[in-house]
Amino acid sequence: MTTGLAWPRVERLGAAELRGPLLVMSGVSGVGWDEFARIRTPEGPDRHGLVLAVDRDLAVVEVLEGTEGLRPEDTRVSFDGAPLRIPVGESWLGRTCNGRGEPVDGGPPVMGDRLVPVAGLPINPVRRQPPAEPVLTGISAIDALTTLVRGQKLPVFSVAGLPHLELATQVAAQASVGGEPFSVVFAGMGLTHPDADAVRDALEERSAGDELVLLVNTADDPVIERILTPRIALTVAEHLAFELGRHVLVVMADMTSYCEAVREVSAARGEIPGRRAYPGYLYSDLASLYERCGRIRGMPGSVTLVPVLTMPGGDITHPVPDLTGYITEGQIVLSNEVDARGVYPPIDPLGSLSRLMRRGAGAGRTRDDHLDVAAQLLAALAHAQQVRSLADLVGERALGATDRLYLRFEEAFYRDLVDQRKDEARDLGDTLDRGWTALSVLPRRELSMLDTAQIAAHYSPAEGSS
Amino acid sequence: MTVTARPADTRRSVGSVTRVDGPLVEIRGLDGVSMSELLHLGPHDLLAEVVSLTGSSVSAQAYEYTGGLRPGDPVVRLDHPLSARLGPGLLGGVFDGLLRPLDDAGTWLEPGQQEAGGDPSRMWEWTPDVVRGSRVTDGDVLGHVIEGSLEHRVMVPVGVSGSVTDVRAAGSVNGADKVARVDGVPVGLGHWWPVRRPRPAAERREAAVPLQTGQRVVDVLFPLARGSSAAVPGGFGTGKTMLLQQIAKWCDADVIVYVGCGERGNEMADVLDDLRSIVDPRTGGRLMDRTVIVANTSNMPMMAREASIYAAVTVAEYYRDMGYDAVVIADSTSRWAEALREFASRTGALPAEEGYPASLASALAAFYERAGRVRTLGGADGSVTIIGAVSPQGGDLTEPVTAHTERFVRTLWTLDRDLAYARHYPAVSWVGSFSRDADVLAAWHAGRGDSGWARQRARVVSLLGSADRLAELAELMGVGALPGHERMVLLGGRLVREGLLQQSALSAVDAWCGPERSAALLTATLDVLDACQAAVARGIPAASVEEVDFTPVLRAREEAAGEGDESRHAIARARDLVLAEVEALG
Ligand SMILES: Nc1ncnc2c1ncn2[C@@H]1O[C@H](COP(=O)(O)OP(=O)(O)OP(=O)(O)O)[C@@H](O)[C@H]1O
Ligand SMILES: [Mg+2]
Repeated sequence: MTTGLAWPRVERLGAAELRGPLLVMSGVSGVGWDEFARIRTPEGPDRHGLVLAVDRDLAVVEVLEGTEGLRPEDTRVSFDGAPLRIPVGESWLGRTCNGRGEPVDGGPPVMGDRLVPVAGLPINPVRRQPPAEPVLTGISAIDALTTLVRGQKLPVFSVAGLPHLELATQVAAQASVGGEPFSVVFAGMGLTHPDADAVRDALEERSAGDELVLLVNTADDPVIERILTPRIALTVAEHLAFELGRHVLVVMADMTSYCEAVREVSAARGEIPGRRAYPGYLYSDLASLYERCGRIRGMPGSVTLVPVLTMPGGDITHPVPDLTGYITEGQIVLSNEVDARGVYPPIDPLGSLSRLMRRGAGAGRTRDDHLDVAAQLLAALAHAQQVRSLADLVGERALGATDRLYLRFEEAFYRDLVDQRKDEARDLGDTLDRGWTALSVLPRRELSMLDTAQIAAHYSPAEGSS
Repeated sequence: MTVTARPADTRRSVGSVTRVDGPLVEIRGLDGVSMSELLHLGPHDLLAEVVSLTGSSVSAQAYEYTGGLRPGDPVVRLDHPLSARLGPGLLGGVFDGLLRPLDDAGTWLEPGQQEAGGDPSRMWEWTPDVVRGSRVTDGDVLGHVIEGSLEHRVMVPVGVSGSVTDVRAAGSVNGADKVARVDGVPVGLGHWWPVRRPRPAAERREAAVPLQTGQRVVDVLFPLARGSSAAVPGGFGTGKTMLLQQIAKWCDADVIVYVGCGERGNEMADVLDDLRSIVDPRTGGRLMDRTVIVANTSNMPMMAREASIYAAVTVAEYYRDMGYDAVVIADSTSRWAEALREFASRTGALPAEEGYPASLASALAAFYERAGRVRTLGGADGSVTIIGAVSPQGGDLTEPVTAHTERFVRTLWTLDRDLAYARHYPAVSWVGSFSRDADVLAAWHAGRGDSGWARQRARVVSLLGSADRLAELAELMGVGALPGHERMVLLGGRLVREGLLQQSALSAVDAWCGPERSAALLTATLDVLDACQAAVARGIPAASVEEVDFTPVLRAREEAAGEGDESRHAIARARDLVLAEVEALG
């Protein structure tokens, strides 16, 4: 473990009880709540745990690697005397670790300037600076329509089978902040080995350039360890951002796997289950992660968060997407329908929203026409969808001429603007021009959200459409 | 009972921690401790409150992160319940859920480090309003200081009465100075009040005066009286925060207490920036000068959410007692309820619906009951209005917090996901919302000579209902199958929705709408609709009427800027333009 040892304060042999991921020690006194613990067995590597409750001389420990194979009589537990802390510093950059922060890249343990508790501290809301500058991802649908803003938390909501991990990896590989120091912390939770390899390969360049911290808990790694992975990622990110002045993008995939680990611990503790058996505190637990992004007044860096989650059964009211949506500042929604058009990334632009975009895009931030073009594109797309459902009923030929143009606009919108290659990074000018190309399918009188000067500068209708 | 000063921290009894499970801490050895008393836990003096007493065992809820707290750690009694320090200096300030100033705290909030109470060295200009020898009873005004743009009245403490034995001459005083003595009891600028205890008033009065919120859908359709209560349920992203922030900025109350309860840090930063930069049109000061912010974001300790709601209402009641209209805005009450649930489940309390404690309904009722218009002890007219957001899990409006809240509030503004998805903001559903204040407020309008208010409101409500019903029919049979006058109802529904109810919080012109402009827009919309109905009755085909360019009335809300005559005339001109076109049909 990379925690840099504090001397164990309390140590005891023999567990009183083992149940699911929990281990109960008796006869220990002076153990504090939320303390970090190490578990030693005669055979096998050390395991690690967190204290979930203390009651007189009893301590309940959640074992991150699981309790499989533990025998009560020869289990030895030593308590650290403090909540889990990790070293922080630039030495994390370029490293690849497992979900507990132990290197798997063959290098030495990560060392750092000092130890910091992984639970983090809340940022004083008065000291927060409202986010107002973009992180450009090179992905047209995101940059143009749901601009990611430095200090924002903007999740990707997906369903099984869609390329959300590819999208998240592409964001991690391409994101930039106009030349200021930038790093990516990627926390993988419950990833399959092929997925983990794909992420590693796609981020190779970032890693080689010492811009990446990669933490991966794979699907066959211990489930409970996932509770730690995002916390380590965020602790490293906060330090890079708020002490070293870098802009840090944290990608966390898949949060659904994380929540399953939380549920498992809750069930083992016999807690009253809430919706779909997730514990009632899931909102606060997720908030304790998602709220660790932002900007701080008078400091140069930022932490921007892109959690990725799959909605079980495609259900957006499932607790994981629902509670995430209640905490984050908008969402990027992937849809099967767009995927079925053969479009990558399969983003549903109308279901997606970046709540902070109005501050982070437009004049002085991206391009003067950005917000108006985005609003016009979405309004036109909404109308095009109405026309399409009408066309499905009455047939395309029964539509008026203008409405038929809206159908052509919809095609152009997905073909020229949204669709792009998985390794294609578009600059924002190109992206917005593509938006104009799609809009130019429509007659000028339909573009009520754009002013005359913008139209004169960018609108170039194809023949016969105006 | 008199609460003039916080009892001294006597540290007379020391117990010890036996069990720690997150915010739940069990203690023994605290003989004589009472329910709701505050404690300091462990070496870092973490604040906690006694919540149950069983035999010699005491359970407490900690208001801070209890990491590192262990069995055997010492516990000290503070001998007083959770209390707020009331006095000048609240307005314009930002506080945590326990009313500790955040302006003075560091960038990272560490447990056990903040101190309650205002800055005692801050100076205020004191003006006495009584003379020596005056006879006063509790709640009477002794004098005042100027706080922002408000006269902050210093009142005789609750439970004290008699003659003014001493009063300080006008001049500068600080937070620790005494300004008067009543019946021998010294009175300073501030005092402590236990937040869970409602502040007394002489009598409750009927809430019969409207609170102008500046949001048309509220003021026209689902109005709220001063001293009343409202809830705003809605799924994520439906616009609760935007609506509440608009009301916090623009409603015509004297004092706003805005509680960010378990919500986002960035939102708090955002609203703070706005309030600090926007000028209050009524006073010329900054909007922040009439606002108290209680910021208890979702990553701050959960149990402080529970306290923050009470601290906020206490502050509002305090300004009410000076004779002001105060509004408490809480975003979101669901996070408070979740804190109740979380704590109850740790104590092993028998859960009722969805794991919430059986006391949820009564806790909600008691909270909204602290709203009201009163005659204060000092004889003034004051009010506390409460507006709370509700965040139903999965958008399910039958879940317990929403279902109970609906029973206790007078006004409900339900936000509809489909409206929000269609970018119809504010997404207040006309089907799922109600205002039980509408009748008394109709009487208020009538009393001021505007008997049309109630009639127009009734007309809009029924128009929206009919339009919805006809739209369903039209979807089945095609709009062509409807008779002309029904097609005009459909058209009217659209005009009302787009020209009147929609109101973008981001608009420079329309974010706020005063009563006159609102009335002008309403009248213009209904006039146009009348003309359309008349045209159809004259035999003009409905399709021709539908093709009239209605844009001038639809865009009037965005184009007629300001609250003066000029904008009213602009709206009338837009209406006349459309009326002329309708007339021209024949
Ligand atoms: N009145 C409005 N005018 C313009 N835009 C609005 C309005 N209300 C909502 N919106 C849009 O919807 C987004 C979400 O609104 P808001 O943050 O108020 O939702 P919410 O109901 O508070 O969500 P949550 O429960 O997640 O906090 C805003 O960022 C804005 O883009
Ligand atoms: Mg909100």
